[in-house]
Amino acid sequence: MRTRLAFVAGSLAAFVAASSPVFAQKQGGTLRISHRDNPPSASIHEEATISVVQPFMAVFNNLVVFDPNEKINSPDKIVPDLAESWSWNPDQTKLTFKLRSGVKWHDGKPFSAKDVKCTWDALTGKADEKSDLVRKNPRKVWYSNLKDVTVGSDTEVTFELGRPQPSFLSMLAAGYSPVYACHANGRDMRSKPIGTGPFKVVDFKRNESIKLVRNPDYWKKGRPYLDAIDWKIVPNRSTRMLGFIAGEFDMTFDSDITFPMLADVKAQKADAVCEARPSNVNSNILINRDEPPFDKPELRRALVLALDQKPFNEILFQGHALAGASLLPPPAGVWGMPKEMLETLPGHMPDREKSLAEARKIMQSLGYGPDKPLKTKVSTRNIAIYRDPAVILIDQLKQIYIEAELEPIDTTVWYTKIQGKKYTIGMNLTGLGVDDPDTNFYENFHSTSDRNYTAYKNPEVDKMIEQQSAELDREKRKKLVWDVEKKLIEDGARPVINQNVASTCWTPQLKGVLLQHNSIYNGWRFEDIWLDR
Amino acid sequence: MGSYLTRRFLLMALTLFGMSVLIFVMLRLVPGNVADILVDSAGIADPKEKAKIARELGIDRPIFDQYIHWIGGLVQGDLGFAYVSERPAIEEIAPRIPISAKLAGLALFFSVIMGVPLGVISAVRQNTALDYFLRVLSLSGLSLPSFWLGLLILMASVQWFGMIPIYTNEPRSFIDEMLLLSIPAAAVGFRSSALIMRLTRSSMLEVLRQDYIRTARSKGASQTSVNYDHALRNALLPVVTIIGIEAAFLIGGLIVTETVFNIPGVARFLVEAILWRDYPIVQNLVMLIAFVVIVVNFLVDMAYMALDPRIKYAD
Repeated sequence: MRTRLAFVAGSLAAFVAASSPVFAQKQGGTLRISHRDNPPSASIHEEATISVVQPFMAVFNNLVVFDPNEKINSPDKIVPDLAESWSWNPDQTKLTFKLRSGVKWHDGKPFSAKDVKCTWDALTGKADEKSDLVRKNPRKVWYSNLKDVTVGSDTEVTFELGRPQPSFLSMLAAGYSPVYACHANGRDMRSKPIGTGPFKVVDFKRNESIKLVRNPDYWKKGRPYLDAIDWKIVPNRSTRMLGFIAGEFDMTFDSDITFPMLADVKAQKADAVCEARPSNVNSNILINRDEPPFDKPELRRALVLALDQKPFNEILFQGHALAGASLLPPPAGVWGMPKEMLETLPGHMPDREKSLAEARKIMQSLGYGPDKPLKTKVSTRNIAIYRDPAVILIDQLKQIYIEAELEPIDTTVWYTKIQGKKYTIGMNLTGLGVDDPDTNFYENFHSTSDRNYTAYKNPEVDKMIEQQSAELDREKRKKLVWDVEKKLIEDGARPVINQNVASTCWTPQLKGVLLQHNSIYNGWRFEDIWLDR
Repeated sequence: MGSYLTRRFLLMALTLFGMSVLIFVMLRLVPGNVADILVDSAGIADPKEKAKIARELGIDRPIFDQYIHWIGGLVQGDLGFAYVSERPAIEEIAPRIPISAKLAGLALFFSVIMGVPLGVISAVRQNTALDYFLRVLSLSGLSLPSFWLGLLILMASVQWFGMIPIYTNEPRSFIDEMLLLSIPAAAVGFRSSALIMRLTRSSMLEVLRQDYIRTARSKGASQTSVNYDHALRNALLPVVTIIGIEAAFLIGGLIVTETVFNIPGVARFLVEAILWRDYPIVQNLVMLIAFVVIVVNFLVDMAYMALDPRIKYAD
């Protein structure tokens, strides 16, 4: 009898334990989050900053999305969103989506395949001349292989590609790829957008707040759990941190907590849940290779050899940043090269003295030395996260007879200045919307890209980029990707110093938060998050 | 008096016109315009996209046309469209004005209510321990930057009371709002109160040495009557001038305080608009500030007459 009782009690306990996550979620409550700055607009397709994606991703849906229950975004972990399923044609040039029916936009109008076509026509410049759905497109290059979008029926749409491109689905799964409403106009999408997502925009007050409320007609039944999300724009970082510590906010802005600040936050709010993760944002150096003196490849090599990642990492990240090339290294990154391979490349070699000796030798052969230093400027955006590494870089350059002075550039004219080639050396940050070689290589290194700021042009590299892009075998593609990375490093195309790591904190009452570890731009749908209070 | 007022109002109109030209030209001399910034903020620098936005916003038109368009609208009460939010500028500016006005008013009230009486006490009790203490207090007020003082207040509130007096939700009542604004107002008004205190002290000391004060004392007037009826009224003229100047300077102090205390007022919004080169917002706000400063100056001049009957503004 006792055994039977124990068995029943045990089974009951096991059942309760197993089922508790299902029953535990509570409906309701307002999530209060601090926002670091004023989003330039609410239109995700028109912007290239997490300041827009993090608050507004919850307003939209994609066709497909990176699995929100997985920390690592990978091509194997893509799940349906507005599309119920998808299929490729045999030669992998046509990607057909079967769409959900019965989905409504926030204004009550029905969603259909026409909206999908409309969105990507706008992104590829094929939209009607009068359409202003998308006024500017920083990710034009993502869709350079997209030839057409055709509508089969209200629930079927096909993307026709010029050649096979396995990364295409990953790009559609990114937070940067929401489907827009065909009947909306650009001005509304920038100020009070409508989507099909779990939250509706109530108000976007510049410099003040963004208020979202639960979409009661959301097609995913039972979601979202939260009644509302209240973003407060608090430009002063100290005020944001103090607000979080005082319980004014339930969550910090993503990656807002630097390592020196993390100790403070934990000391003053011991129950805060904080997670440090790679942001897939890297610090890198821009070199004006078209003008003297850095038009000489030897000089560029000397500069790369002089780089020592350790001081950058220790001073700025207390040793938590990751060494890597332009793609995030494993385990968080899917495509980054292994450590042993990286350490054979200039700027990453473990024997620092040897690298410095070679760099000095090159400098001396070019006529520079302790008595005749090369005088130049390191230009950077006039923001602390850019200026700080620039100062460390200036210090390192002194070791190879380069005397550089800091030139802080007003952030509003930074890209204009860089693309106008009005700099010699620049300190830059680059964030990747998707952990995929195509988004990185095409955006930053392909000769046709708008965002190839250094105007790096190498026909051989262009060809290698296209080759890896079309390769369907994942392992073969990885090897091709590493070859591109090697070539970029050897060319000093945009030498990477660190892959940055930063923390995000939230209150223990906030449940279901799962940060994605290889892109800060994904996983902000907020539909599975709930408040236990 | 009537003709003086007419001249004065004409001068005010001329000053506003001069300001409008100055701010309009200066904004366009600053490198980059909103089209550059909107495109730059997306990490691109495509000249075609910039030109398209510039055309849409009308900033590619000749500068003179743009000025006439703006001033013509302003005269008719049309402030134009904000470039960044793409909403009517009035809708962006109007809700923020009362917040900053209350904050500035409270800060000015705080600085006068603290500065004048403490300045008088300091002068009357010259070279006593209380005078030394008040002088140190006023010196610290002049030397502490308001952003630092604001942060100290926030840190102390979190540490000791577990709360933070920042503006995250709209206050439910006027009293709530005043309570919430009183802390930042004290932070921003502290510097002004210190200045007013020092000026009141030195002015009072000078007046207290005058013959008529001695006469008042010899007539048997009480100490309070001597200090407040005879001395303070005569010592107030320079103080009123400085209060007028400080009222204008408060705008500068508000920028920092609104940022630290997260108050969605006009001053913080103005800085943001300047960074984005949002011309309609900047131009209209600067004109509003200029108007307030001119009116305050006018009121100060009128106050001279009330304080010193000898002053007459001749026709």
